[in-house]
Amino acid sequence: MLFTENVLVALAGLKANIMRSLLTMLGIIIGIASVIAIMTVGNSITLMVNTEMQNLGANNLQVGVTQKSHDEETTQSGMSFGRGYVRDMTDDDLITNDMLDALKEKYKDDVQYIMITEQVAQSGKVIDGKKNANVSITGYNKDYMDFNDIDLVEGRFFLNRDYENANKVCMVSDKFVERIYDGNNKKAIGQQIEVQAGGKYYYYYIVGVYEYVPSQFSFGVSDNPITDVMLPLSTAKEANHTQNKGYEYFAVVTSINTDNDSFATTLRDFFNVSYYARNDAYEVAVISMASMMDSMNSMIGTIKLALSVIAGISLVVGGIGVMNIMLVSITERTKEIGTRKALGATNNSIRLQFITESVVICTIGGIIGILLGISLGGFAVKLMGYSAVVSIESIVIAVGFSMAIGIFFGYYPANKAAKLNPIDALRYE
Amino acid sequence: MLDLRNIHKSFFIGTPNEFEVLHGLNFTVKEGEFVSIVGQSGSGKSTLMNIIGALDRPTMGEYNLDGVDIEKAKDHELSALRNKKIGFVFQTYNLIARTTALKNVELPMMYAGVSRSERTQRAKMLLEQVGMTDRMHHKPDELSGGQKQRVAIARAMANNPSIILADEPTGALDSATGRLIMDIFHKLHEEQGKTIVLITHSPELSMETERIITLKDGDIIGESKGNWQGLNAKEVQ
Repeated sequence: MLFTENVLVALAGLKANIMRSLLTMLGIIIGIASVIAIMTVGNSITLMVNTEMQNLGANNLQVGVTQKSHDEETTQSGMSFGRGYVRDMTDDDLITNDMLDALKEKYKDDVQYIMITEQVAQSGKVIDGKKNANVSITGYNKDYMDFNDIDLVEGRFFLNRDYENANKVCMVSDKFVERIYDGNNKKAIGQQIEVQAGGKYYYYYIVGVYEYVPSQFSFGVSDNPITDVMLPLSTAKEANHTQNKGYEYFAVVTSINTDNDSFATTLRDFFNVSYYARNDAYEVAVISMASMMDSMNSMIGTIKLALSVIAGISLVVGGIGVMNIMLVSITERTKEIGTRKALGATNNSIRLQFITESVVICTIGGIIGILLGISLGGFAVKLMGYSAVVSIESIVIAVGFSMAIGIFFGYYPANKAAKLNPIDALRYE
Repeated sequence: MLDLRNIHKSFFIGTPNEFEVLHGLNFTVKEGEFVSIVGQSGSGKSTLMNIIGALDRPTMGEYNLDGVDIEKAKDHELSALRNKKIGFVFQTYNLIARTTALKNVELPMMYAGVSRSERTQRAKMLLEQVGMTDRMHHKPDELSGGQKQRVAIARAMANNPSIILADEPTGALDSATGRLIMDIFHKLHEEQGKTIVLITHSPELSMETERIITLKDGDIIGESKGNWQGLNAKEVQ
């Protein structure tokens, strides 16, 4: 009962001094807003990274050739060169088809797919009169095409003979067709395209049109995004003149029952014991996507926490601002406090009144801060092209935290008011 | 009702500046009495009022207010005493700014724990008694001095106190408005039998009461009867 009355008095006081109240709240508003904004951006990035990695395949093991580590070797001066530069990678250091065949044979229960890609061009252009489209060119092996869900809109996928003969065929996106063939998918099939990339020209026949899925990594929405011209791996290798070379990296999709962490070790040992033991500079490393996701998440979490703590400092500054204005308010209202005491207010009810007032200021500031933080964070996330994730948890914490600040920084002034001598307070002008 | 025996009050106790303001006062106020305490400024009447109002404790002596021994009461007990047994009326009204007349009258009842509906009802009734019904939703800065003092009297009556303690209630008002306020006190005394202690520097005003206690330099220098004969008698005049 006294509580409602106190809240009403506090609100009336805030209303009577709107400018001062706003300035007082500013520290709390900025503090809460930055924490919420950081949380929103952080959560959105976490979600985005996780989905993207999930798309790449959380069940994947990434296998690649890397320089041998030289941890045990230190120079005489005690300086460690770590992974110091030894020599360039040569064709002899790459993973060969023979190794892959042996791998598939030896671990046929664990290895479902071996996915290999090779990029021909990262960015190029297809120009047809006034029309043009941004493209990249990448080759994919059959396992890749089999494993990934690519939605065919028109035409067909690559056939075995395309892979075997390095046929100059390609699949393009429906976005590409939209720009070059006015969206006529049927018309696109069978057409030859000319891709300009890095000063070279590449010619392929379209055999299929796939549905374009914009990457969450792409910033903003462009009406001319880079879409991939997909080639059979052999065709890509021919374009790169790497037909006879092995692979620097590939991905393994394991069976559902396979324990990826231990299989990663098995894979690494398979290559390093059988094939790379005598290599003086290079070996094979295996990274599990799941563990990469874990470390990525914990890294983002740490950054989020660190930024929030910095933002939290402004909350403390804001709290001190509230305390300051409460002290001013109590001095201004000394006579009121004296009157209330003469009318029978106990020290406790005076203390409660001013703590309530400080909590009301902080809570209102907190709520404004939350709204501001959500809009700021949402705006930033939208600029980056992700979808905003607002966590209820952080809102609840923010409200609780601002109330706690109100109590903490309101207690000292309130206590000072409560302990005022009624006679002195009444006489105060 | 009020029983003060050998009341001493000193300030700055234990310092070289220590001085005594009240030098052992003795007096009583009976229930239903309308008493005035008169004195020049510096006579100690403010200090005495603070002691009577349980805002301050005497340095020495016994003070019994409606059966409660003030020296032995704890701070929160003094709060309760001020809340329920004393109604203050100040020279400067001391209404809480930013809240309406009605809320001001409700305030002592709020501290007494009276329910919302009950206190609103009683506050309206009290405001009606002082003729402030039509202004009860106004804030103090929208009221004239006389209106503020009438609200303050209604507030003093909120918890139906044993005694009304009025400190120069007409001091800030013009004589016509002051007359109006005094009439309200007479009415409360006459019709409801309220015990009223009026503190004033004006001998003229004190003549309106039943009994006059004159204070000078911290001592009671005289007690006399006032001219008060009751409202009805005055109307006859």
